[in-house]
Amino acid sequence: MNTTVLNCGYVPLVDSAPLIVAQELRFAADEGIELNLLPQPSWAALRDLLALGHLNVAHMLSPMPTAMSLGLSGPPAQVDALMVLSANGTVIGVSSMMADAMRAKGWHGGFDNPIATAPPMLAALNRPLRVGVPFPYSMHRLLFEYWMRHTGGAPDMQIITTPPPLMADAVSSGELDVFCVGEPWGSVAVSAGVGELILPGVAIWAHAPEKVLAARRAWIDDNATSVSGLMRAVSRAARWLDQPDNRVLAIEILARSAHLNLPISAVEHALTGRFATRADGPPVHVPDFVRFYDRATNFPWRSQAAWIGEQISHITGIDRAHAIEVAQGTMRPDSYRMHLGPVSVDLPGASSKVEGALSHSTAVASTKGEMILGPDAFFDGKTYDFAPVK
Amino acid sequence: MTRGRWQRRPSVRPTVVANDMKIAVVESDPGRAREIIDALKEDGWQDVVVLGDVIGLARKLSALNPDLVLIDLANPSRDALEQISAASDAQSRPVAMFVDHSDDEMTQAAVTAGLSAYVVGTLQPERIRPVLKTAIARFQMMSQMRLELEAAKQALADRKTVDRAKGMVMRARGISEEEAYALIRKTAMSQNRKVIEVAQALLTASDLLS
Repeated sequence: MNTTVLNCGYVPLVDSAPLIVAQELRFAADEGIELNLLPQPSWAALRDLLALGHLNVAHMLSPMPTAMSLGLSGPPAQVDALMVLSANGTVIGVSSMMADAMRAKGWHGGFDNPIATAPPMLAALNRPLRVGVPFPYSMHRLLFEYWMRHTGGAPDMQIITTPPPLMADAVSSGELDVFCVGEPWGSVAVSAGVGELILPGVAIWAHAPEKVLAARRAWIDDNATSVSGLMRAVSRAARWLDQPDNRVLAIEILARSAHLNLPISAVEHALTGRFATRADGPPVHVPDFVRFYDRATNFPWRSQAAWIGEQISHITGIDRAHAIEVAQGTMRPDSYRMHLGPVSVDLPGASSKVEGALSHSTAVASTKGEMILGPDAFFDGKTYDFAPVK
Repeated sequence: MTRGRWQRRPSVRPTVVANDMKIAVVESDPGRAREIIDALKEDGWQDVVVLGDVIGLARKLSALNPDLVLIDLANPSRDALEQISAASDAQSRPVAMFVDHSDDEMTQAAVTAGLSAYVVGTLQPERIRPVLKTAIARFQMMSQMRLELEAAKQALADRKTVDRAKGMVMRARGISEEEAYALIRKTAMSQNRKVIEVAQALLTASDLLS
């Protein structure tokens, strides 16, 4: 079989795991594909190289294809999400000073209650909160701002883009009061003794698409064979990652591979969902902290994109209907069905669902009749039913 | 090899590369920062500030308000600059990228694509002026393109509104398209309003009444 080399950009975070596993366990090779994994120093660099065609595909923050396609971020480019690579996996933390101020306002700690945590957080300081996020168009930011808007109104706050490896330093220097970041960088701040974790992202939205596998639309259209092989390989890798028996081996592979350059403990926190929320505290376990495959994680739901589009319209002020329409167009369930249906990946009956409707795991109609979705509830119990794209 | 990359926002930054421009260099390695400053100064730029500590980068840059930012393509703090371009128009400024190593495949690709402004490995003072000039010129071109895109979008949206209003008038009065447009236009002129405003008012009124 001829091997096709695909330039695949990623940012060295634990949730790039499906791409690394696809390459290292030779799932890609089985499909005649070699993933040339190219680590990128920043999301902006990754975005620009994808837009300009030097990367064929990329591991991307889920709001990025929409932001790019709306012309909000980088060189304008029509970029689509072939599949979702992971759901959840982020944490929200505060500086030690802020945590003390929150306790003085009646915060009792805990790691699972957005409704009870918001009031002491908003009352803690007499000035606008300074909130660190990894990128202006990231699920971290969308979740944080959603949480704020839906509890006690939108407070005055400054959103400050901070690269994850610098987050702990920015907290310790007093530059940030709050930080929203993917693991292991929350744990890094905790073990450095500069902050405490107050919520996992999953407490705000129980199934938030976090990273996607993105490519330019024109490239997707012109390279059906490569797209098909790549999606099959990544789907296999995601399934492998979500089998509990494989997690220990996965931690080992990711920590050893030259692709991440993270210590084993860092990878472990993220993959097991077990970490301390404060320096001297006991470890807590967050169920569903990160998902790679189960609950149809990889399916590119148009409704998830629509939610992202709506949030982007909130933070930028651009027209809501336009943002939602463009966002829905960036998810490619058509391509997912075409390429993964024939290899027995279970497919849902519809490509949109009511986001937030499931407070428990629920069986839904699918091609193999094995699909279980949810929970996917929002902390405030709201549901989002978007009109399907025309 | 002189290529530029900058943040794109509508802007009215200077059109000439003047030596009194304030340049901020984001570089944490003191040796390299010194090299860059020396090269800039040798070419007549005096107002050069180095930001070594990248914590609070956006805030510090806002306070400095430089005319141009120079940063390594491989610097992770580039994402922090994204925010500046996403913030207010008043803060828009060109950002020129440079790269430190020319061996890496992707870096080469970026340079070829015009993403990065400079290969510092061969930093020569006489190269700096054209690099910065290119960066600023392309920043302005992108800003212009963005403005034009906005204007085009608005024009398209306006035309749709006017078309709908025309259709309404045609149906309501049983007149031709030309007559409907003439009527809207005449109304606009007599009220000293724009055609689009009258069209919008018509549609709003019709929504209220239907």
